[in-house]
Amino acid sequence: MNRDPDPEAVLGTSESTETLKRTPLYDLHVELGGKMVPFAGYEMPVQYPMGILTEHQHTRTGAGLFDVSHMGQIRLRGESFAQVASALERLCPADFQSLAPGQQRYSFFTNNAAGILDDLMVTRAGKGDDGDHLIMVVNASCKDQDLSHLQANLNNRCEVEPMFDRALLALQGPRAGAAMQKIAPDSAAMKFMTGRPLNVGGMECFVTRSGYTGEDGFEISVAGGEADNLARKLLGDMEVKPIGLGARDSLRLEAGLCLYGNDITETTTPVEASLVWAIQKRRREQGGFPGAGIVQRQLAEGAPRKRVGILPDGKAPARAHTEIANEHGEVIGEITSGGFGPTVGGPVAMGYVRADLAAIGTRLQLMVRGKALPAKVAAMPFTPHRYHR
Amino acid sequence: MSEVRYSKDHEWVKIDGDTATVGITHYAQEQLGDVVFVELPEVGKKVEQGKEMATVESVKAASEVYAPISGEVVEVNSALTDAPATVNEEAQGKGWFAKLKIADKGQLAGLMDEAAYKKFVEGLH
Repeated sequence: MNRDPDPEAVLGTSESTETLKRTPLYDLHVELGGKMVPFAGYEMPVQYPMGILTEHQHTRTGAGLFDVSHMGQIRLRGESFAQVASALERLCPADFQSLAPGQQRYSFFTNNAAGILDDLMVTRAGKGDDGDHLIMVVNASCKDQDLSHLQANLNNRCEVEPMFDRALLALQGPRAGAAMQKIAPDSAAMKFMTGRPLNVGGMECFVTRSGYTGEDGFEISVAGGEADNLARKLLGDMEVKPIGLGARDSLRLEAGLCLYGNDITETTTPVEASLVWAIQKRRREQGGFPGAGIVQRQLAEGAPRKRVGILPDGKAPARAHTEIANEHGEVIGEITSGGFGPTVGGPVAMGYVRADLAAIGTRLQLMVRGKALPAKVAAMPFTPHRYHR
Repeated sequence: MSEVRYSKDHEWVKIDGDTATVGITHYAQEQLGDVVFVELPEVGKKVEQGKEMATVESVKAASEVYAPISGEVVEVNSALTDAPATVNEEAQGKGWFAKLKIADKGQLAGLMDEAAYKKFVEGLH
């Protein structure tokens, strides 16, 4: 038997364990029986003894706790919110100036070719209700590069403060709200895509009602030294189970959410990636971000290819880098994420196809181990989002 | 009496006369995690020792299953198509992959017995 590709390669880059970093929850992962693998320079749990399938299902029916402390948290501060928001708009195509205090928005850094350098979540926050700064969460594999990018471009416009020693815990699932309320009663009033400072189980945290599973839930930013205590408090609830990176990947794929490095890269534009919804009207019209001209042209004329959901007819999963052909066998794209969807109960995938083949229902063939497997373009998400709006 | 032999690639082979039943070991299924798909060879296919015979997929990844011995596929465990998790539940029983008509019994000499395989797996940790 040969594992090909190996599980680490599916989720990230295999690296020597000698140079790997650990999050503040490392000891807890080991104590819980987590199977530790290299991921984005960190030793992270790919699964716990419950197994990926059960962890996935538990997050869809109960509540799952994820350690996402490897991700980068960065704060932007300035003399006024308008100054900070307009500074970040020079690097991202989202409308940050219109954010209300506590409001959160998904965005990405673009390059001059309109390629995506990283995707991120941005929240307007403040010590009180003034909301004078922005807090962003970026991908682990990009965080050092993102920080340099921000410092190089924004240092004379606002203060760029890395908070890489802070931990980040995600509590996700239909029971996340109830579990959170027990130790943070004020969380009940929070709506999807909002954030605020919040006392959670006696610890001062910054909490957003968001996540990357398609379920209701929270991301809780806490001082690194308090992360273990907070995680144990959350796991004290019978409904809350620890969930590894394996299930995080299958959950986000079913939810139709992009994995940076796979589904979006420096060579995919937001229009090709079907992320136009994250470029608000004012920015589409005014531009003013790297690659704006290309984005505006693709918005007007269409992009040559598009990211779509793909459902194989049969049971065989089609993994990332699987070639996609049209009905005549001509290669017209590639799968960027694919696997088994435990909630769907079958294989699910997303990938890029030629623009004329992107309509829902279009018949495709996936070239898996030398065989052409029938598939079709399908709407995403594969499992309905259940956010607390 | 039937005997069981093991390959370094974590396949098992059970010999009954001229027929070999093959599958992946308990250790292999543990390493894979939840099995969600099995692609079996076609009956009549001639497989070669050490070459790809089937594919098993977990949530995480696809893995090739090599033939532990050369032979012709005479039967496959089609129950795995609808119940791939059987490989996790009973890797060395109901989770078998295929039955082969053995081409060369001499190849068995290169495989491990249970005690040797157990030692081999312990050495991997």
